[in-house]
Amino acid sequence: MPLVKSGKISGDAFVHIADDAPIPGDGAIMIPAARFLDDAELLSRRNAPTGVIWPNNRAIEDLVPYLDRLAAVALVFPSFRDGRAYSQARLLRERHGFRGELRATGQVLRDQFVFMLRAGFDAFEVKKESDAEAFATAAKRYSVFYQPTGDGRVTALHRRMQLRHSESAEQ
Amino acid sequence: MYAYDEIDRTLINERVTEFRDQVGRRLSGELTEDEFKSLRLMNGVYLQLHAYMLRVAIPYGTLSSEQMRRLAHVARRYDRGYGHFTTRQNIQYNWIKLAELPDALADLAEVGIHAMQTSGNCTRNITADHWAGVAPGEIEDPRIWAELLRQYSTLHPEFSFLPRKFKFAITASDHDRAAIKVHDIGLRLHKNAQGETGFEVLVGGGLGRTPFIGKTIKPFVPGRDLLSYVEAILRVYNQYGRRDNIYKARIKILVHELGIEKFAQEVESEWLQMRDSALALDDAVVEEIRSRFTYPAYEKLPAMPDELKKAAHDPDFEAWRRNSVATHKVPGYAVVTISLKPVGGPPGDATAEQMEAVAALADKYSFGEIRVGHEQNLALPHVAKRDLPVLWRALDKNGLATPNVNLVTDIIACPGLDYCSLANARSIPIAQELTRRFANHDTANLIGRLHVNISGCINACGHHHVGHIGILGVEKNGEEFYQITIGGRADENATVGTLIGPSVPYGEVADVVEDIVEAYLALRARPDELFIDTVKRLGVEPFRERVYATR
Repeated sequence: MPLVKSGKISGDAFVHIADDAPIPGDGAIMIPAARFLDDAELLSRRNAPTGVIWPNNRAIEDLVPYLDRLAAVALVFPSFRDGRAYSQARLLRERHGFRGELRATGQVLRDQFVFMLRAGFDAFEVKKESDAEAFATAAKRYSVFYQPTGDGRVTALHRRMQLRHSESAEQ
Repeated sequence: MYAYDEIDRTLINERVTEFRDQVGRRLSGELTEDEFKSLRLMNGVYLQLHAYMLRVAIPYGTLSSEQMRRLAHVARRYDRGYGHFTTRQNIQYNWIKLAELPDALADLAEVGIHAMQTSGNCTRNITADHWAGVAPGEIEDPRIWAELLRQYSTLHPEFSFLPRKFKFAITASDHDRAAIKVHDIGLRLHKNAQGETGFEVLVGGGLGRTPFIGKTIKPFVPGRDLLSYVEAILRVYNQYGRRDNIYKARIKILVHELGIEKFAQEVESEWLQMRDSALALDDAVVEEIRSRFTYPAYEKLPAMPDELKKAAHDPDFEAWRRNSVATHKVPGYAVVTISLKPVGGPPGDATAEQMEAVAALADKYSFGEIRVGHEQNLALPHVAKRDLPVLWRALDKNGLATPNVNLVTDIIACPGLDYCSLANARSIPIAQELTRRFANHDTANLIGRLHVNISGCINACGHHHVGHIGILGVEKNGEEFYQITIGGRADENATVGTLIGPSVPYGEVADVVEDIVEAYLALRARPDELFIDTVKRLGVEPFRERVYATR
């Protein structure tokens, strides 16, 4: 499953640790939420980047106390029809100020890239090779955005206001 | 009319390009049908019994004549020469080829029409009172807010994969023509005690398998806070709405299971954290949208012109005028409803020729503007009263002057088993038979206002729960049976109808409706007591007795 990061297909720096596998002392790891919460204090203080895979039916608030010590949070799309992780992503970015890697995992297809970018995701475990290759094109598919989100893209409403002001300045 | 600017047009074109890519991937096999399904649904494409069906949005029911001509063009070029206007201000084409869909959408995009989110588990077309902007006594034109909501909900990055579909309706009149109480979110513009304008927000209404009348979640939300409040509702729903069972996934079930008070608390605490976010609408932004709605330059015209006085001697004209012509906020003008319910015809269908005729008449007599109502009729919203007789003759020539608006033959019906893969039973032939039974205009007029709504399955696209008489098709041992309810209504006093008894076979439905109507005529207290009021006064029992006495 290719990983797209910073807009490009890249290698995954994080090693996924299974539920019962030993946790290495160094190296970047990605661990399931339940395992992380069992020993959150210790795990979040590892001397290497730690990421958590957070399920979409658990309140993101439970993770908030550790956010500034986490290198990555991976949110799950069990099916691309299940959109709960979009809300979790926006809350992490916009309400709780999470600045680490926000990864989309599960059934991730090219048709969700724009939504995911707008919701604050910046890393994508893409299901299909062809979709991963199409990332750059798909991400640029839209130039108009109606809603304000934390991604900073100018909304249509505000672009109109800017246009209006520049028109009246010219007169 | 709302004029799309370059920004809106760009987005629609970008959506067409994306959809073309999605169709291409499906045709090449790169996408499975299952993967493609959700993608096509989000652009209004269903796979029906015989072909793909395309549902095109008519936001808040407003069309320009140019747009109507383009709808006719699509019917002719890509379909079989007709389209079907639905109960949610959409038009459906039933015979579109998948490979041609992107071209049809590109043709529509040229006039600012799209099919975005007319299906799928996302926010659907934002509907409004189809007399918005012309109804006397309206607080203000609700379409400004409907357009703000249309933009807000289009390709929403957080709410495009909700547990289930999500429908908004909005009105600014005391009399609700938009059926806001049977929508996921219903919005009623009104003034509070301080004289400020804002919204009563209702939530959790809906029909389908488990009908609910919407409940007020907040009696007054200022316009400034509309989008943030809506976002709070959607966020709570997106996270907590049920995804384990498609029949329990609508917001009405969440509201019902939590209770409106608890649900309201959840929304309130979410909202308080974001009401001052970038979603807050300042006056300038609202004014910007408002400024792009244009209104006709009405003339000062007599309220009772000579042309109308003269035409009043023609009983055929008068029969049409009484049912089709409504009061306009400007004296000298009228709102004209165009019945799409001819005797023997499928409700809501219009041919390409009829669409073009309506467009031409709109140019000539209604400042180029047309409306589409949830009752599956059209309207010309700005007709000078002096033009009514000549307009009537022109409509009649095109089979568009059936004088039955709001009468028993003005039937709402879904496409049913003739087209729909979800249906259990046919709807259209039941409607057609009823229009023949009650074809005599004098009889229909004597009966008075009576809404018959027909759905071919429990999904209730024909809004049977809220018909004065509701007819629901079910399947019993491989045969079509129909459950009959009475007493439902979709207006400000919205009520779900009551079942009158065991379901009846296909062949008996029209007889049963006739029995119900005869019972009403015998039971009504006065000639002007409407069917719905008689049912309210007497309950279901006398109707049940009459219908089942001989069955």
